[in-house]
Amino acid sequence: MSPHSDSGHDDHSHLSDTELRVRSLESLLTDKGLVNPEALDAIVDRYENKIGPRNGSRVVARAWVDPDFKQRLLENASAAIDSLGYTSTQGVDMLVLENTPTVHNVTVCTLCSCYPWAVLGLPPAWYKSFPFRSRVVKDPRGVLQEFGLKLGAGIEVRVWDSTAELRYIVLPERPAGTEGMSEEALADLVTRNSMIGTEKAANPKAGKS
Amino acid sequence: MPADLNPNTPTHEDLPSLPRDEDGPVFREPWEAQAFAMTLTLHEQGHFTWPEWAECLGAEIAAAQAGGDPDLGDTYYLHWLKALEGLVASKGIVSTDDLARRKEAWDIAAHTTPHGKPITPPEDA
Repeated sequence: MSPHSDSGHDDHSHLSDTELRVRSLESLLTDKGLVNPEALDAIVDRYENKIGPRNGSRVVARAWVDPDFKQRLLENASAAIDSLGYTSTQGVDMLVLENTPTVHNVTVCTLCSCYPWAVLGLPPAWYKSFPFRSRVVKDPRGVLQEFGLKLGAGIEVRVWDSTAELRYIVLPERPAGTEGMSEEALADLVTRNSMIGTEKAANPKAGKS
Repeated sequence: MPADLNPNTPTHEDLPSLPRDEDGPVFREPWEAQAFAMTLTLHEQGHFTWPEWAECLGAEIAAAQAGGDPDLGDTYYLHWLKALEGLVASKGIVSTDDLARRKEAWDIAAHTTPHGKPITPPEDA
């Protein structure tokens, strides 16, 4: 786990250089009364266990079954998402991008991996990687194909680059054959990647992979 | 922005350069989570705006790339930490000198603590 192993002195504890930096910063901020370790743990717990793509799945499923909500979501995403109880802590705006039979949206942050945390949790490693960030802009179809999503020439692909002030969420198309499914069951079809735009919502027969 | 990419995209089986994960751990090590949470806390207290933060982080990532980091997502929180250290220094919250001194103290504390015992903060040592 730690890269630090420079000596045979294993009778003493070791902290890697990085761990030392983090501990130092945390203890200085604690001394100044700016952070407290328990509150930090609570934040981590929230992001690891409570906030995740499930929030976004519920937003999408609601939009699929409730045209009024969908309208509000497209007009003012932050307010509509807040109304379901999922609030962003960064005070940034959100914009929902609707996929249609002729338009497929995909989101990225080329600068620093901004991500709609409130609805998707924390981003997967590939989203943060340089190859994704750079290539999806230059060759979106090629990248989507690597994710197993082959789009016909008649479908326009739009790539949206997030900023510190604005994050995007894709509203995937509701899959065929889902008429009559409950909102809860529909939410199970909405994968994290379908809300980033690197895949479609799952087929109801196949289920979420 | 980036400009050195191969336009002839191979399939992903050929392409280890596009890291993938399922719903794996969001933090690979505890320090990543701590660095993340400290940043959120300071932002919520109004010490910096989110655009200011994003600019710092983006600059660190760009600098790391210029220094040869392939930037595959696994070093993301290292850039994050460096950006946070830089921002607290430039905002006058924690100086670089204080940070270096505290780090030295933590290092000594770690080295003088027998294996298996909790490492106590240098202030209390």
